[in-house]
Amino acid sequence: MQLEPRQHTPLWMTLSAPIIAVAIVLLLSGGLIMWAGAPLFESYVALFVGAFGSKFAIAETLVRATPLILTGLAAAVAFRAKLWNIGGEGQLYAGALAVTYFGTGLIELPPALMIPFLFVVGAVAGGLLLLVPALLKTRLKVDEVVTTLLLNFVMLLLANYLLFGPWKDPMAMGWPQGAPVLEEGILPNLVAKTRLHAGLIFSVVMATVIWLVMNKTKWGLEIRAVGHNPEAARFAGIPINKTIIRTAFISGGLAACAGVTEVAGTKEYLTLDISPGFGYTGIAVAMLAGLNPLGVIVAALFFAGIYNGADSMSRTMDVSNYIADVITAGSLLMVMLAVMLTRMRIRFRA
Amino acid sequence: MGAVLSELETVLSVKGITKRFGPLVANDAISFSLERGKVLALLGENGAGKTTLMNIVFGHYMADEGDIEIFGKPLRANNPAEAISHGVGMVHQHFTLADNLTVLENITLGTEPLWRLKRDTGAARARIQKLANEFGLKVEADTQVKDLSVGEKQRVEILKALYRGAKILILDEPTAVLTPQEADQLFATLKDMLSKGLSVIFISHKLGEVMAIADNIAVLRHGKLVANFPVSEASREIIAEKMVGEAVEKPERVKMKAGDVLLSIDGVSTSEGGQALLKNISLSLRRQEIIGIAGVSGNGQGALSDLLAGLVTPDQGTFSMKGEVLSTFRPFNMIGHGIGRVPEDRHVEGAVGEFSVEENLILEEYNNRRFSKFGWLNMTAITQHAKELIKAFDIRGAAPGTMIRSLSGGNMQKVILARALENNPDVILANQPTRGLDVGAATFVHEQLFKARARGAGVILISEDLEELLSLSDKVVVMYHGMCSQPLDADEVTQQQIGLLMSGEGFGRGEAHHAA
Amino acid sequence: MEFFDMFLNIGFWAATIRMATPLIFGTLGELICERAGVLNLGIEGIMTTGAMVAWMWVYQGGDLWTAVLVAAAFGMLFGLLHSVFSVYMGLSQHVTGIGITMLATALTYYSFRMMLPGVTTPPKIVPFENYAVPLLSDIPVMGEALFTQSPLTYLAFILVGVVAYVLYRTPAGLAVRMVGENPMAVEVQGIDVYRVRMAAVMIGSGFMAVGGAFLTISVFDAFYFDMINGRGWICIALVIFASWRPGKALLGAMLFAAFDAIQIRVQQSSSTLIPYQFYLMMPYVFSILALIVMSRKAAYPKALLVPFRRGQR
Repeated sequence: MQLEPRQHTPLWMTLSAPIIAVAIVLLLSGGLIMWAGAPLFESYVALFVGAFGSKFAIAETLVRATPLILTGLAAAVAFRAKLWNIGGEGQLYAGALAVTYFGTGLIELPPALMIPFLFVVGAVAGGLLLLVPALLKTRLKVDEVVTTLLLNFVMLLLANYLLFGPWKDPMAMGWPQGAPVLEEGILPNLVAKTRLHAGLIFSVVMATVIWLVMNKTKWGLEIRAVGHNPEAARFAGIPINKTIIRTAFISGGLAACAGVTEVAGTKEYLTLDISPGFGYTGIAVAMLAGLNPLGVIVAALFFAGIYNGADSMSRTMDVSNYIADVITAGSLLMVMLAVMLTRMRIRFRA
Repeated sequence: MGAVLSELETVLSVKGITKRFGPLVANDAISFSLERGKVLALLGENGAGKTTLMNIVFGHYMADEGDIEIFGKPLRANNPAEAISHGVGMVHQHFTLADNLTVLENITLGTEPLWRLKRDTGAARARIQKLANEFGLKVEADTQVKDLSVGEKQRVEILKALYRGAKILILDEPTAVLTPQEADQLFATLKDMLSKGLSVIFISHKLGEVMAIADNIAVLRHGKLVANFPVSEASREIIAEKMVGEAVEKPERVKMKAGDVLLSIDGVSTSEGGQALLKNISLSLRRQEIIGIAGVSGNGQGALSDLLAGLVTPDQGTFSMKGEVLSTFRPFNMIGHGIGRVPEDRHVEGAVGEFSVEENLILEEYNNRRFSKFGWLNMTAITQHAKELIKAFDIRGAAPGTMIRSLSGGNMQKVILARALENNPDVILANQPTRGLDVGAATFVHEQLFKARARGAGVILISEDLEELLSLSDKVVVMYHGMCSQPLDADEVTQQQIGLLMSGEGFGRGEAHHAA
Repeated sequence: MEFFDMFLNIGFWAATIRMATPLIFGTLGELICERAGVLNLGIEGIMTTGAMVAWMWVYQGGDLWTAVLVAAAFGMLFGLLHSVFSVYMGLSQHVTGIGITMLATALTYYSFRMMLPGVTTPPKIVPFENYAVPLLSDIPVMGEALFTQSPLTYLAFILVGVVAYVLYRTPAGLAVRMVGENPMAVEVQGIDVYRVRMAAVMIGSGFMAVGGAFLTISVFDAFYFDMINGRGWICIALVIFASWRPGKALLGAMLFAAFDAIQIRVQQSSSTLIPYQFYLMMPYVFSILALIVMSRKAAYPKALLVPFRRGQR
């Protein structure tokens, strides 16, 4: 078996590959649904309805998509530079902690200033967190995969300590949660009677900004050059380390913003389970989007829909909602394969 | 009578071999044969199909049509193991050795069945010793390959083949990395093997040595066998013509008087991680002058190139451009001072494969106000810039938006050349500028270098092709162990003199001596 | 001096060796993969799967040793999946590995919920009993600590020697090492590089799964979500710390387990000055420190992470 580059990849192939990949994964998940003993067709319907089937469902999906867009962007930017940031989860918590620290009474500003302020402190916290593995990589050649991963555990423990300890809200009747974010810092609601908040607007705007940066600015050029061929970038005079550090700051900052949207928008206070793995799902989002910032919006919507739909499906059809994680992970692998197949063709030899 | 017959035994017979890669016909109905105890030289320019053909004989590829018989037995499988069992051994152009493992481990890999529970190192050692003695190839079985010299590594590669009982040895550009003296030693070893009944196929593009060692010469051009005759009937002109298909028009170096000093390197030393790379070197380059840097690869040429490219900072010494002493060593500064740089490997350091032609062309100057303002890229200007250069440098198969990876080697090199030369730099660093290029592309590169020289630039040319070096350069400097020799006049120096310098004759410990 | 008394405590050493066991399996497994040139980031997920599958097997009535084999088989299955993507298709080893971890974990949790719906307290099984090696375990102090351990622990220690022997003294091991240093050198001998890599990844993944199984059928007696808790990632750091040598891997695992054991004991004995969460952070911080110390001079297998395409000349 051998792989040969295709002479030319038709446009229809490039566009449909991720869709076909995801469709295959959804089909294969049918096997898991059947194993659970649930009716296949009805389950798929429940999945879809739970995701997009009503105004409320759509709103919930959008709420869920908001942090996924941001963690997806974080992964996409980092991966473009071949900086393997698997620490999105920890950076998200960094943002969440920063919001709780600064936004629950320490500083008071009018909403027009408070909200940007929270995003800024959150982003800085996330950026600084990722800076540590990034510096270890550039100065000491320490591989960033393991360091970013391990820091996730550290951050979670830190949040655990703070929420059960000094930051425990005394008004919360014993539940481990942080003090509520000040009124001025809460992201305004977009649609009445839903949880949909302005974080969505922020995410979409960010996706657009990142797209512009990556494709139309010199910083994006530098990041992409360093990711594709660091040797050639270095020869041409592109500062490799500076670029990696810059990328780390942007990536960490984006993931942390997901923490901001969740604490200041969705929940309005910090809890331990503020993120059911958004950081990790963000990686799947980025891969499904082909590392394209605008594609991240679509991919995030897709996965958000899957998770929401799975929640609904688990209530009505008795299928464990972990199926959403299976679909996410399967999509990640399948899309990678499908995109490769659009560029290479397989030849079998005797 | 019997002795004569066995001399003429055909050990390898290749009939009608055709191999296609998509629309490209790499080998087109090639037939030839090799007799025992003879050397067949396979010539052709880059891309002619020589390596493909040998890879088929060695079993890497399966031919689409045709037959191969080795010692009378047909070769069928698509697997080197099959060829090896037939008695074919190949020494590849790029060594297939694992640096972190020992000589013994490298030689014995694959010679014992994988299910065996124990490696028989004792027997292996004995066998290697025996072969080493028989063919005069001295090696230390327990040294790690990374500690060997290039010549020693090649010996290990040959031993690998002999260890597996090779009776036909294929050598792919074996002297590309050797000094003339080491090449002579290799030929002596080969002659010894021939007398013991081995046969050799020798791929090369160096006409001189081919004439010296071969019995028969086969020439490939665009996949076809265009000539196959005994060396007695050959001459350099005939071979060259067969290789290219027309009378070769090579640009001639016009003697010019060198002008002012452009670049002055004085007592510069560089190091990396504690290891000294350049040791107290001095070199000066004048206008309208091409200095060729000769030497076995790995003797500091890379370090010199890095220095000129702005990738390292000297530990000591002065480096001045047009009288101004440099204190910052970054690519940006070097470019700013007027050094145009062509790196050694266009794939590794030259181009970003996934970027378009236009992106690669501004890779060094995207900060220029012409191409970006406050960070925002001016795509119109960038595209226009690419269009102009594509025209000026005759880059084929490329639009500004074409991914550079899809260009041919020659055209990719033109892009890099365009980038280096577009602003008419005073100093040009050309590191292996024609490596892997066919004669047409190589000639283009030479013309560009001569043009630059004619308008007043100075060129530092690093090349492992001694013929190219001597025909292009005004002066030659030989590097050895990080030191530079005194410059020699290219028209007067002999290959032998250079060869001696390349193997270290005349170099003290850290001082450059004038070679006799 | 209370602190140093800990080292005289048999329980401390017994715990160290016990806690080192999953790390030994995991590190050996990852070491085999990386020696062949493949970074296997699926380790965390594979260990999770191994843990659940082995436990489930016993829970459904199977015997302990078969459970070990079942865990290994599932590990090898994910290893097969990994190598199809990363070796045969040449896709990013980083992304493939993360995808495998995510997939293995997701499938594990889904299956567990499917087979044991609505369970709040994980049910228990009867785990491996410690086996006292005759004679050796009668040695005072050390004997009890070293030689009264789970059979899987003994297996782990034996495997260190086996892996070292195979890597350095057998032709197959040489092929694995070569493939990780210069796969082209292996290909020109007519050995299938892809197959060697796939075999290494599968075997390594099998080891990893057994490491996970140790937790559910030997140390604890039930399967908890998030049980592996980053041990897989720590093994990746340990491989670098061990310079890809089995002997040093054993040392690294023991060292790490010792730190972990110290951390637990200090946490238990000290007053509530330092919150327990900070003790729990220690293993992760140690791993990062270990990486910092070792990374600069690390002699990575030369072909690690370098994609190899068959037949490319």
